[in-house]
Amino acid sequence: MSDNEKISANIEEYLEAIYKLSSNGERVKNTKIAKTLNIAPGSVTQMLKRLDELGYADYSQYKGVKLTENGHKLAKKITRKHRLLERFLYDILKLKKTVIHDQACEMEHSLSDDAERALCQVLEHPDQCPDDSELIPECDLKFTNCDECMKRLNEEVEEVGKRNKNLISILNLKNHQKGKVSFIRGDYKVIRRLLDMGITIGAIISVIKIAPLSGPVEVAVRGSKLAIGRDIACNVFVDIDENKLV
Amino acid sequence: MGKSIHNENKEVEFSAIPENARDHSWDAVKPFTIALAGNANVGKSVIFNQLTGSDQIVGNWPGKTVERAQGKLHFEGHHIEVIDLPGIYSFSTFSMEEIVSREYIAFEKPDIVINVVDASVLERNLFFTVQLKEMEVPLILCVNQMDLAKKKGIIIDTDKLQAALGVPVVPTVAVRGEGLHELMDEAVNITQKGAVVKPAALEYGVEVEDRIKRLTSKIDSSDLEFEYPSRWIAIKLLENDPEINKLVASKSPPLVNQSIKLAKEIEKIHQEPSFSVIASERYALANKIAAGAQIQSKMNISFSERLDQIATHRVLGYITAALVVGGLLLWTFIVGTFFSRILSNAFSFFHPVNPQINGTVVAILWNGAFGGIVAGITLIIPFVIPFYLMLTMIENSGILTRVAFMMDSAMHKIGLHGKALIPLILGYGCNVPAIDSTRILETRRERLLATFAITFAPCAARTIVILGLVAVFVSIWWAMALYAIDILIIFILGRLALKVVPGESTGLIMEMHSFKVPTISVVLKQTWTRTKSLIYIVFPIYIIGSAIVQGLYASGILGPISIAMAPLTVEWLGLPVFAGILLIFGAIRKEFILLMLVTFFGLNLASVLTPVQFIVLALIGMLYIPCLATITVLTKEFGWKSAAIISLANFITAIFIGGIAFRILNPFF
Repeated sequence: MSDNEKISANIEEYLEAIYKLSSNGERVKNTKIAKTLNIAPGSVTQMLKRLDELGYADYSQYKGVKLTENGHKLAKKITRKHRLLERFLYDILKLKKTVIHDQACEMEHSLSDDAERALCQVLEHPDQCPDDSELIPECDLKFTNCDECMKRLNEEVEEVGKRNKNLISILNLKNHQKGKVSFIRGDYKVIRRLLDMGITIGAIISVIKIAPLSGPVEVAVRGSKLAIGRDIACNVFVDIDENKLV
Repeated sequence: MGKSIHNENKEVEFSAIPENARDHSWDAVKPFTIALAGNANVGKSVIFNQLTGSDQIVGNWPGKTVERAQGKLHFEGHHIEVIDLPGIYSFSTFSMEEIVSREYIAFEKPDIVINVVDASVLERNLFFTVQLKEMEVPLILCVNQMDLAKKKGIIIDTDKLQAALGVPVVPTVAVRGEGLHELMDEAVNITQKGAVVKPAALEYGVEVEDRIKRLTSKIDSSDLEFEYPSRWIAIKLLENDPEINKLVASKSPPLVNQSIKLAKEIEKIHQEPSFSVIASERYALANKIAAGAQIQSKMNISFSERLDQIATHRVLGYITAALVVGGLLLWTFIVGTFFSRILSNAFSFFHPVNPQINGTVVAILWNGAFGGIVAGITLIIPFVIPFYLMLTMIENSGILTRVAFMMDSAMHKIGLHGKALIPLILGYGCNVPAIDSTRILETRRERLLATFAITFAPCAARTIVILGLVAVFVSIWWAMALYAIDILIIFILGRLALKVVPGESTGLIMEMHSFKVPTISVVLKQTWTRTKSLIYIVFPIYIIGSAIVQGLYASGILGPISIAMAPLTVEWLGLPVFAGILLIFGAIRKEFILLMLVTFFGLNLASVLTPVQFIVLALIGMLYIPCLATITVLTKEFGWKSAAIISLANFITAIFIGGIAFRILNPFF
C-alpha cells in the first residue's frame, strides 16, 4: 500500500462509519452502515465489496463487515482528524454543536499530517469530541507522550516517523486482557502522576474491571492494583501484541 | 537534640518539637528523632501508635497547615521522638503532602528515617525507597504486613533485600506488635554506631547514570549550598522537577541550562522524555530488587479477593456502598438511641434534671453545670462511641476505597473524583479532621469543593441534634429522611459550587489495597482516641456553657434577644420565640441547641415543641453555619474570605430549607 494511492473521500467516509460501529470489536451489518451514512443498502453492499477488494475490509454477505489491519489504521486516522476538527470548530471557532459534524466531514479529507499534529497541540491534546463524547484516537507518530511532541516542535512529521504498531486505550481492553504501555496522552502533570504510580512506558498492565456508569478502571500493574478514572484511563494506550508481553 | 533548633530561619515552619519534649536534653543518653515515611496505607500510623502509645500529640503547622502526628517513646533508656509523615508515592511536587514530606526530611534532618513498606506490594513500595535513598538519609527499611504477603503467597528474603539496598531491613507485623522491638534496636544501633550495613549503590542505566554523575560533580564544584544532597538535585533537575528547577535557577541559571542539555542527550538516546526515562529506570530498579528478594508461590483466590469482587460488582457494589454509608448511620441511630434512653432514665432516677430559674446564683450555676454533665453523658457517649467504633472498622477494612471506586462517576458530577468521598464520609464523624484529610486531593480547587461539601455533612455533633430531637421525639425514620435530604442538598449545592469555582478536574488515580480484617485492639484504641479528644473538648464546654446559659436565662437578658429574632424564627421558620437564642449559641457548637433546650425545659421536650418544629430545628442545626472549630480550620486552610462565603452559604441554605420544610411538612402530622 503506497501513500499516493488515491482513496476517495467516499471510501474514507465508509471506513469512518465502520470504525465507529465496530468499536465493540464485532462485525457490522450492512443495514447499520446504510442507516448511519443515509445511503441505500444496495450501494452499501457494492462499496463494501470494493473495500474488501482494496484490502481495507473483510466482507461476507451474511456476517457483515470487519476492518483489516490496514483499513483499521486508515479509519482511525480519518476518525482522529474528524474528531480533532470538531473540537477545533467548537472550541476555537465557537460554531454550534449541530453544524460541526458536517463541517468536519468536509474538511477531514484534506487535512495534512503536519496540520493534524499542530491542531492537536493547539487544542492541548484533547481526548473527547464535543458532540458525542467519543474518544479521539491517539496519533500515529513515534512519540511516547505529548510532552515529547511539544518539545520536538522543530521536527516535522516525516522526521519523527510513524508508529508501526496499533495501540488501544486501556479503556477498550477486555477484562483481564494485558497490554504494554506505549503512549500516554496528556500534559506533564498527568504523565508524571501516572509514572509515579508505576504506569511507565513499557510497563505491563492488565485490566481487572471497568466500573459501570462511566466509572473508573481497575488495573493491575507492578504487582498492585490501581483505580484509574475514565478521564485518565482513556489516555493510556497499550500495545496488545502478544509477542511483546514478556 | 539540636536538630530542630538550628532551623529557625527556614521559610517553611517546622518548629515541630514542643518545648516540653526538649526537657530531656540534659539526660545522659542523647535523645533522637525518627521519621516514619512510606506509601499510603502501609501501616505507618499503626506503627506510630504502637510505638508512642497514648502519648500522641497532633501538631499544626502554620502556613503549610499540614498536620502530622508526633509522639514520644522511651525505649531502653532512650528518649525517641517519633514523627509520622503523610503517605506518599514519590517526591514529585504535585501534592502538598509530597512537598511537605521532602522538605521535612531535607530541612529538619531526622536522625533516622524508617521507610515502612507493604510486603505484599514490594515493587511499588521500593520505588519510593529508591527515592529516599537518593535523599541520603540514615534509613531503615521496615517490611510491614508480612502476614498479608504470606496470605498472598509471597515470601520475602529480608537478608537479600538488605544486601541489595544497603540498609538494615526489619520484617514486622505491626498490628500485632511483631518486630517493633527489633526495629527500635536497629534504630538505636545506628544512632550509636553509625551505618551498620554495608552500603550499596543504586545506579540507573549507564546513559542516565553517566549524566547524573556529570551533573552531580558540576553541582559539587559550584560551591552552591543546598539543603538537599547534590546527586538528588541532579536527578530532580534531569527529571525537570518544577520546584527544584526554580530553586536552582534562582542560584545558578547555567546549572539549569547544563541539566537541560544533558536531559536532551538522554532524550535523544531513549526517544522518550528524560523524566519518563528516569521514572521507568527507577521502577526497573525497584523491580529488580523486589524480584531478587521475593518468591511468589501460586496464588489462590483469597477471601479478600472474593470480597473485592462483591464490593466492585456492577450491582452489588452499589448496594455495598449504600450499606456502608446507610449502615453506619442506622447503626449509630439504633444503638445510640437505645443507650441514650437507658442512660437518661438512669439519670432522671438519680437526679431529675429540671430548669432552675430562681434561687441563689450558685444554685443556678450548679444546676446548669449539672445539666451539662447529664447532657454530655446521655447525648455524647451513647452516640459517639458506636459511631466511631463503626467508622474505624470501616476505615480499617479497606472498603472505603471500593466505595470511592464505585462512586467515582457520581462524584464527577460535583467536580470531584471518587477519592473525595473518603473525606466526605469522615465528615460524618467530625468536619475538622475531614477537612484536614482533603489533603489527599490534588488541587486547591478540589480541596475547596470537597470542603464545601463536608461542611454540609452532619458530623457527630449534628447527629446528636438530629437524634436527640427527631429520632427520640418524632421517629428514627424521619431522622433517616433528614440524612437523605442532606445528601441531596450536598449534591445540589455541589453542582452550584462547581459553577462558582470553574476549572479543570483532576482524574482519579488510587491504589486499591487488599481488604484487611480490622484488628480489635487497633479499632478500640482509635475509637478511644477519637472519643477522648471529643470528650476533653466537649465536656468542659458543656458544663461551663450550660452554667452560663442558665445564668443568662435566669438574669432575663435572653428574652429580648429572642424577641428581636422573632421575624426569622417565628414568622419564617415557625419555631417558638426561644429558638432565636438556640441558634446563637448553636453557632459555637451544634449540640448547644439540644443542650440549651434541656437546660431550659428538662428532658421532656415534647411538651414544648411540635413534631414539625423538632424537624425544622434539626434541619437548621444540621445545615446552618459550621461550628467555631470548623470555621477556624476553614480560615486556616483557605483564608477568611472562603471561610466567610462557605459559612454564609451554610446559613442561607439552612434558613431557606428550614422555612420550606415548615411550610410543606405540616400536613404530615
